[in-house]
Formats: sequence, structure tokens, C-alpha cells
Amino acid sequence: MEAIISFIEQNIEIIYLLTFAIFLGFEVISKIPTVLHTPLMSGSNAISGVVLIGAILLIRVTEPTNYFALILATVGIVLGTINLVGGFAVTGRMLEMFNKKKKK
Amino acid sequence: MVVLDFILFIAAVLLIIGLRKLSHPDSASRGNTLAAIALALGVVVALIYPLETQNNNYLFIGIGILVGAIIGIISARKVAMTAMPEMVSLFNGFGGLSAGLISLVWLINNGSKGEGSDLGVVLFNLFLGLVAFSGSMIAYGKLSGKLKDEHLKIPFSTVVNILLLIVTLGAIFYFSYLGVLSTPELIAFLVISFIYGVVFVAPIGGADMPVVISTLNSLTGITAAVSGIITDNKLMLLGGVLVGSSGIILTLLMCKAMNRPLLSVIFGNFSSSKGEEKQVHGNAKEVTAADLAVQLAYSQRVCVVPGYGMAVAQAQKILKEVEEVLEDKDVEFKYAIHPVAGRMPGHMNVLLAEANVSYDKLLDLDDANNYLDTTDVAIIVGANDVVNPSALDDPASKIYGMPILNLAKTKNVVVLKRSMNPGYAGIQNPLFFKDNTKMLFGDAKKSIEHILRELKEV
Repeated sequence: MEAIISFIEQNIEIIYLLTFAIFLGFEVISKIPTVLHTPLMSGSNAISGVVLIGAILLIRVTEPTNYFALILATVGIVLGTINLVGGFAVTGRMLEMFNKKKKK
Repeated sequence: MVVLDFILFIAAVLLIIGLRKLSHPDSASRGNTLAAIALALGVVVALIYPLETQNNNYLFIGIGILVGAIIGIISARKVAMTAMPEMVSLFNGFGGLSAGLISLVWLINNGSKGEGSDLGVVLFNLFLGLVAFSGSMIAYGKLSGKLKDEHLKIPFSTVVNILLLIVTLGAIFYFSYLGVLSTPELIAFLVISFIYGVVFVAPIGGADMPVVISTLNSLTGITAAVSGIITDNKLMLLGGVLVGSSGIILTLLMCKAMNRPLLSVIFGNFSSSKGEEKQVHGNAKEVTAADLAVQLAYSQRVCVVPGYGMAVAQAQKILKEVEEVLEDKDVEFKYAIHPVAGRMPGHMNVLLAEANVSYDKLLDLDDANNYLDTTDVAIIVGANDVVNPSALDDPASKIYGMPILNLAKTKNVVVLKRSMNPGYAGIQNPLFFKDNTKMLFGDAKKSIEHILRELKEV
């Protein structure tokens, strides 16, 4: 219980942001046509590669001699980048495929 | 610093606009590019943002990004469109593990101690990240055919699932209260989180895969958002939440298309049915490819109903050729797409788009049902449960109430199928025994090739 209260105290600004962002998310993606289900999914999947930013911020404050932490963080960066770059590239490829067809 | 914060704000706005555009067909491509630019800005800001301690370790960051980008681009280029579901799961799992590693590094940097709610939030994120990772890996295994559903039966999976959840959540509160955890405790926590992901996804399979994939997608989004709280980065928080909520919308859409509540998908396979299912009697009638070809050539309207079987047989390209031949003969040719046909949301659309099928030929549920009422021949390619009329008229059926593609008024129905085995749900399909239904047994691709050859001779 205390943990929850202290979380709210520390992060009131974030809680506001979180709540608005949830509503925003629902609003932005209200009606999706079936054709876009897969691109939207893989596109949003790419956006979750935003964790890369977290990995970068953390490795920047890690002790340069703490190799264990450095390696873990580097692996985190590699994986985050794969998610981010691969996700956007694959979505782009898919959407190109849809567009090509429409021009015909 | 103010400039950097402002750039981050711009990135957040771009991300929202990008996602907005991504959900409309005309602007989807631009949306994708905008979102990528937004995140690239975020990454640049993260690289130069002034921090309290600046060890930077740029060498490690550079190597990491380079390796990740190369692997990402190569795999995105090489992957076949048919392998998209497993690719998305794999990427998604990587994102989850990355978030898990962020939490681990935080714990190491802070000596596994945390004031107030910090430790609890980090452990929660570690849990989410690992669940997203191991769950996605199981989903990847299932989708790529490396893992079979029957090998993944976990006894009392519902009970195990709930117990593990209680244990982990309890542990999070306990350690958060203590403010510290030891290395063995941390390792135990890691193992349990990992196992939970396996237990969560293992029992769900087959036709429920679209729900699983979009749930895991949403989970990775949430863990990205929590990582944003940990590292105090608003762009991560926003991006994560947007992914989380879009994943939830997609999940609910899939559930609605199957007429099953989310909880029944996650916990129990199929909800228990009331009373005896209607028994199906009669003999299925067969048709030869040659006869079918003649019938198609003299039809006015033909409609294909694709399902997972089409993906397995890789029959989409040859179907497109049939479409071309028939259109030369002035036959109208469309595809009826059920929202949960296949193994991921929108699976059929991607496959058919890859085969160059024009997307105004793809009808969604309502349009398809109107069209099917006046169709001369409907060809069912590897779909089963989504055309089962029991969903409409048999309250005892396990799939009763699920919206289906209704073929009741279609003049002729031809089912391309390997055998008379029931579909994933294990339910007999009365459609196969109707007077105007005929079966064409065999591999869907070979059957269609056969039809195509005959068609060219008509």
C-alpha cells in the first residue's frame, strides 16, 4: 500500500500523462480497416522498439568498469534496435506492397 | 537542454500523427515514415542528453546500434510475406527482452536497492519484459511450426497461471516494501517471470493466435511505457502507451470477431457448451477439378473464402492466376475475408496483397456476406470454422454466436480440403453435408493448379 502511495506522490505528473496517453491511444486508432490490421500491428510493434532509448540512457550512466552491466545493456541496445529498425523496415515493405496495387 | 526537451516534444507529436496516419489506408506509408523519424529523433536526443553521471560508453552504444540495425534490415528484407506472423512475434520478443535488460541494468547500477516505489516499478517491468519475451518466443515457435500445440500441454494450466501470477505480484510488493533484493532472489524472480510467459501462451494456439499476437504486442508496449517511467523519458512513455492501447483495441476486435471474451481465450480453450451438439448426418459429395472448372467458367460471380489452409498450401499466387483467367471470361471474382482467418490480424490481406490481388477485391465481413448471397460459386480454400453455419443456428455449438461468412444463399459451394477432419476447434461443419456443397479433396495448391489447367482448356 505504502509503495502505491509513494509511487503516486513521486509520479503525479507521469500519472496524468499516462492517463491522457491511454485515451489518446484509443482515440487515434479507433476504426481500423481489416487491410491495415497487420501493418498497424507491425508498425506499432516497431514503435515498442522505443525501449532502445531507455537502454541508451542507462548504458550512459553505467560504470565503464562494470562489464557485466555493459554487456547486458549492449545486448539490450542490439535487441531494441532490431525491434525498431526491423519493425519499421518490414512495415514499410508491406505498405509498399499495398500501394503498388492501388496505382494499377 | 531546453532545446533537447523541445525536440523530444516535437518527436512525441510526430509519433502521434504518424500512428494516426498509419490507421488509414491512404496515408499509412507516410505514417510509418513519420513514426520512424520521431523515434530516430528520440534516439539522437537520448545520445546527447546531459545526465548526472556521464560515462557515456559510446563505443558500446555504437556497436550495439550498428549490429542491431544490420540484423534488423537484413531480416526485414529477406523475410517472406508468408512468414510475417512469426517475424512480428520475434521482433516483439526482442523488444520485450530489451525492456527486461533495461530493468536488470538498472538493478545492477543501483545495487538492487530502490527507494519508495522505484524497486517495485523496476521489478514489475522486469516481469512484463520477460513475459513478453518468453511468450513471444513460444508464439514464434508455434507460428513457424517448430513447436506443436500438442507438445505444449501444461497440466492445470489455468491454476498454474493464476498461482504464478499471485507469486510474482506478491514478490514485487514484498521486495518493494523491503527496498532491496539479493542476487539469488533476483535470479528466482527472473526464472519465474520467464516461466510465466511460457505458461501464459503455451495452451493457446491455432485459431486463437491472432489474439495472442496482438496481446503480446500490447504487452511489449506497456513494458516500453514502464521503461519510460524508470528512465524518466516521456517519449518512451507515450510511445509505449500508444502501442499498448492500440494492441488492446486490436485484441478486442479479434475477440469480437470470434465472439469470445478475452478471458476465455486466455484461460480455458473453448467455453463449455450447453447441451448436446447437433449431430451431422449425410454424405459429402465430391466434385472433380474438371467439372468445377466448367462450372466456374460459366458463372457470373465467384467468391473465394480463404483461411489458414491457403497460407499453409501457399495457394495465393495460383489463385490470382485463376482470378485473371476467369476475369478474361467476364466472371466477377472476389475474396471474402473473415477478420480472424489465419494466424494473425489481417493475415489473409497480406498474403493476397503479396500475390498482387487488388485490394478492392477483398471484401470484409459485412460486404462479403451481401456478396455471397448472390454468388454463383463460392470456393472455400482452407477455411473451416469461419464458414460453419452452426455458429448461427445451433445454440449447443461451441462457436455459437461467432459472426461467420454465411453461405446459406450461395448457389454452389466448393470446399477445397485435405480430408474430412474437423477444423482447429474440433467441430464438425454441417456446411460440408449440404445439398449444394461439394468437396474437392487434396492439397489446395495442387487442386487449384488442376482447376487452372482445366480452365485454360474450357
